[in-house]
Amino acid sequence: MTDFTQPPTANMATTTVAPRRNWSQLALRWLLFALLGAFALFYLMPLFVMVTTSLKSLDEIRTGSLIALPRDVTFDAWKTAWSSTCTGVQCEGLRPYFWNSVLMTVPAVMIATMLGAMNGYVIAQWRFKGANLIFSLMLFGCFIPFQVVLLPMARMLGLMGLAGSIPGLIVVHVIYGIGFTTLFFRNYYVTIPAELTKAAKVDGAGFFRIFWSIFLPLSLPIVVVTVIWQFTNIWNDFLFGVSFSQSGTQPVTVALNNIVNSTTGVKEYNVDMAAAIIAALPTLFVYVVAGKYFIRGLTAGSVKG
Amino acid sequence: MTEWLERHVPKMVLAPSFVAILIFVYGFIFWTGWVSFTRSRLLPKYEIKGIIQYERLFASPRWDTAMDNLFIFGGLFIGISMVLGLLLAILLDQKIRAEGALRTIYLYPMALSMIVTGTAWKWIMNPGLGIEATVRGWGFESFAFDWVVNPDRAIYAVVIAAVWQASGFVMALFLAGLRGVDEEIIKAAQVDGIPTWRIYSAIIIPSMAPIFLSAFIVLAHLAIKSFDLVIALTGGGPGYSTDLPATYMYAMAFSRGDIGQAASSAMVMMGVVFAIVVPYLYSELRAKHD
Repeated sequence: MTDFTQPPTANMATTTVAPRRNWSQLALRWLLFALLGAFALFYLMPLFVMVTTSLKSLDEIRTGSLIALPRDVTFDAWKTAWSSTCTGVQCEGLRPYFWNSVLMTVPAVMIATMLGAMNGYVIAQWRFKGANLIFSLMLFGCFIPFQVVLLPMARMLGLMGLAGSIPGLIVVHVIYGIGFTTLFFRNYYVTIPAELTKAAKVDGAGFFRIFWSIFLPLSLPIVVVTVIWQFTNIWNDFLFGVSFSQSGTQPVTVALNNIVNSTTGVKEYNVDMAAAIIAALPTLFVYVVAGKYFIRGLTAGSVKG
Repeated sequence: MTEWLERHVPKMVLAPSFVAILIFVYGFIFWTGWVSFTRSRLLPKYEIKGIIQYERLFASPRWDTAMDNLFIFGGLFIGISMVLGLLLAILLDQKIRAEGALRTIYLYPMALSMIVTGTAWKWIMNPGLGIEATVRGWGFESFAFDWVVNPDRAIYAVVIAAVWQASGFVMALFLAGLRGVDEEIIKAAQVDGIPTWRIYSAIIIPSMAPIFLSAFIVLAHLAIKSFDLVIALTGGGPGYSTDLPATYMYAMAFSRGDIGQAASSAMVMMGVVFAIVVPYLYSELRAKHD
């Protein structure tokens, strides 16, 4: 877009040559950078505080300043957070819950993405009477506040024999993820000309053949967007985790909350911070390596239809 | 037979998902709605008894606080996130060299769980050891920042953490919108000597109206569903001072064993969400089909 603080031809090298007019522009430019920098500090501060606090000893935390760098860097808090801190009664650290989250998230993401791809393919390319109504109903399902399904879901999981189990959580995440994954794939496949499907049909290719050899190879970008979106949502979920798990099957977010908000014993702030970073690492990692796709999922998830 | 199969395969592929949505979304909403008209307590009862649960709900001071908080929190969270997001987008849109890096910094909180956000801010705002202690250490002895533990201020502490988390996302939405504005119009306005702030306020911002709407919908939706953040940051306290409808519903369902109250509060939450989302979705779907 257009740059307002500089005339189109001027750049930093020439600003010193024509002093009068460019003085105010230079000042404006500096103000701009100062503002952007200040905001960057605001967003980075919590991460900075979390990391430095996790590397301090409790003594240093009590006597030192929140924003000071650690005098003696120690990884004890990280070790405690990972393998020996207490989440309620058990004291095995965050490790088992971290793996619970992995065991829950990976299958849930894969199943919901596969179902979304097939559904999107049907809705976008094999239109039949009522397909639009079905799509609208699925879309509305994305928007319900999940509180409205918590009670019946708890009973249903009990009936299915999945209460308090990781498979139960997978089922829940798949079902309430289908709406979004279908939306993503439908919006992507709708842009592929229907003639392609028609031509393939004339050549004798069937429903699955067309999906497998024409649509799937084209789908890599939307698969990445969907997987990242689902992964972030499911890994970060707390409501389903806290409602449908029991001691031993809790996902990492629930365990983190139990560590931080447990009222017994000495408050170990460094362990809390290390635990929070551990719980955040997988999604942060995905964000850093595939930020572009993360943003695309966010914007696709908000601009519906 | 094969021809029949061929013709119906698409429907059969869609059927399981559709049935699942019918049961687990619409069936469950119906169940919750039904139970909200009964006298269910610890166990659900299915005999309709009228609106007694809603009467109890609206007579409850705790629910009153929760709804008040929703409007305070929602209003401030949406308003501040929008203003901040728009400001950041405009600032970033000035051909900044480090734009990519800054965008990454502004948006990363959105990748975090709200439990992580709540944990971090709870520590930062801890009166004894956090910002308050730090600023006092600089010599400002009377500086006070005890919002997380002050019943009159705690809901604003939740707003701070929520804005930190979501404003970068609003920035990304607006930035995409700014990039979509027709550059010719802006050039023409510049040639005419129209001042920059007028170009923004009269041309660019009004042309982004649909993005304001999207951002509003997403933020409102986030605000109503906010649960994790409150649980991690304040646990709904001190007392009930930061209860939101979502935490009220959860407390009734899982710690108070009051299913009737849980169901009726969930239905009210859904009413609020639908009042905001349904007109939007309806117009979106219509616009696409016309």
